[in-house]
Amino acid sequence: MTKEEYPKVYLYRRVVQAKLFIDSNYADKIDVDNISDEAYFSKFHFIRLFKSIYGKTPHQYLKSVRIEKAQHLLKKGLSVTEVCSSVGFDSLSSFSGLFKRMIGESPSAYSKNYRKTFSEIRKRPLAFIPSCYASQHGWTENSNFEEVVE
Amino acid sequence: MITKMTITNVNVIDQESAYDFYVNKLGFAVVDDIPMGDSRWLTVSPPEQPDLQLVLFPVKVSKMFPKEVAENLIELIRKGVFGCGVFTCKDIFATYEELKMKGVEFIKPPTKEFYGTEALFKDDSGNFFSLQPINNFGDENSI
Repeated sequence: MTKEEYPKVYLYRRVVQAKLFIDSNYADKIDVDNISDEAYFSKFHFIRLFKSIYGKTPHQYLKSVRIEKAQHLLKKGLSVTEVCSSVGFDSLSSFSGLFKRMIGESPSAYSKNYRKTFSEIRKRPLAFIPSCYASQHGWTENSNFEEVVE
Repeated sequence: MITKMTITNVNVIDQESAYDFYVNKLGFAVVDDIPMGDSRWLTVSPPEQPDLQLVLFPVKVSKMFPKEVAENLIELIRKGVFGCGVFTCKDIFATYEELKMKGVEFIKPPTKEFYGTEALFKDDSGNFFSLQPINNFGDENSI
């Protein structure tokens, strides 16, 4: 079986292109019709194929990409409002509600907890690294890594 | 009784390039990225396996790798000597197409073997991995 011989290769390529379209355009106002247009499929045929490959409908996948990107931006220090608009949500309440349902805590709590962990890592990085690795690298011999006093 | 593997190594030649490969191409999540002098403690996890961390371990002259060892190891990695494991996916053909579109180098396209369907790809350093569908015992992937 070569790369061109597996079943319905053109269908795979179209669905994958649609998935990559979501990955690149999650911040824009795209809906399933836009995405199925990208894949040259009828809407319902496209949704069925997409779900059979990725285990999620395109809309569910779009939501998961947006929330994953939101986590990344919150870690970078953007405000919840900035993150909300940056990942394609119009409403702060719907963004916060979806974030909490998917991640288990609100965006502001997530950001606060990450800041706290980040601060701990900066102060005591070796507390977060298995000592066998730190020792192999020689990091335990460098007192600068033991504790950062701010 | 050992119950799980939680951390394992992938020796890489360039951590920044490895970050781009594993995070932006393979879609892995960054677990730790802690600056440590001239390198980083950098670990990533497959999207649906957060309790397994791959340490993207830089091969450079250090306490662990004397100069000759580092040079030899880098040469062997570049030559593609090291197979580092098997990754699984829901749909091997879709995953193959996506990774190819992202520029991942495959040394074997999805191929039917006696044990199921398998593809092989290389990371940015030269380490190779097998890619197989989750149920790889006779089940056909098909849309």
